[in-house]
Amino acid sequence: MPVTAVLILAAGTFAIRIAGPLLRDRVTLPDRVRELMSASATVLLLALVAVSALTNGKQFGGWALAAGVAVGGLAAWRKLPFVAVIVLAAVTTAGLRLVGVS
Amino acid sequence: MAAVALGAAVTGASFGAISVGSGLPWWMPVLMSLLIFAGGSQFMAVGVVAAGGSPAAAVLAGLVLNARHLPFGLAVGDVLGRNPLARIVGSHLLIDESTAFAMAQKDPARARAAYWACGVSLFFSWNTGVLIGALVGQAIGDPMTFGLDAAFPAALLALTLPALKDAATRNAALAGSAIALATTPFLPAGVPVLLALAGLFAFRAPKKKEEPCPSPQS
Repeated sequence: MPVTAVLILAAGTFAIRIAGPLLRDRVTLPDRVRELMSASATVLLLALVAVSALTNGKQFGGWALAAGVAVGGLAAWRKLPFVAVIVLAAVTTAGLRLVGVS
Repeated sequence: MAAVALGAAVTGASFGAISVGSGLPWWMPVLMSLLIFAGGSQFMAVGVVAAGGSPAAAVLAGLVLNARHLPFGLAVGDVLGRNPLARIVGSHLLIDESTAFAMAQKDPARARAAYWACGVSLFFSWNTGVLIGALVGQAIGDPMTFGLDAAFPAALLALTLPALKDAATRNAALAGSAIALATTPFLPAGVPVLLALAGLFAFRAPKKKEEPCPSPQS
């Protein structure tokens, strides 16, 4: 992650943020565009979850990794606290690797 | 609001620890959190790069993710007032939570107070959390041994889960994930996640119910 990338992302994000307050007197977004913007955030996030839970960037990432994320997802679905979700996922994966599951 | 701030600190700490675990120096997640201050896009950018993706793909995915702040700003922009400095500082504090707190207030003065209180307290709790997490993460060592590679997608999944309750969004997200998974073996890392946006073709917004004609008094 080069610093330039961080700066570009920061500048772009700020431009998006300040555009709303500056343009609110002149622009109204159609409902359809609003819905698509909000849905696209979820689509990207879930895709990243899928790719980083099931692959190592090229092929299947191994059962230990997939099982850990599944346990974390189950914990989140059962409304456990955020810390518990993360710890359960990490502990499951680390434990499976410890006993030889890769 | 204290609970929301605490939650942000915990999420920030995990972001700091996971980023350092993925190989970044401790100051990188700290710098990102101060300058970008949008958790989802920070997780996204670090995740794409950690998976071997190019920084360009990481920036692009982060920007698409943050595009949702545009309608937020259109909705609550007037709480920032007309003062240029307040607009600049206030825009940096425009996040999901501050928008929600402001929109929950009907009275403009209270909406303004809620927006600033939420934005400022989350800015401090998020950045403090990231700093602590990054320093702790540095002390932990090899992330694979501790399953930190599983912690990252689990954290993202927990953040995404509430939005998946909506059926149209869920269908688009599942279609997108299938596309991303299917293309991962053939394309450079980072690109499949962007291709997932094609899942939006499966997005059908719920048909609005016909509103009964409003009576003249209402």
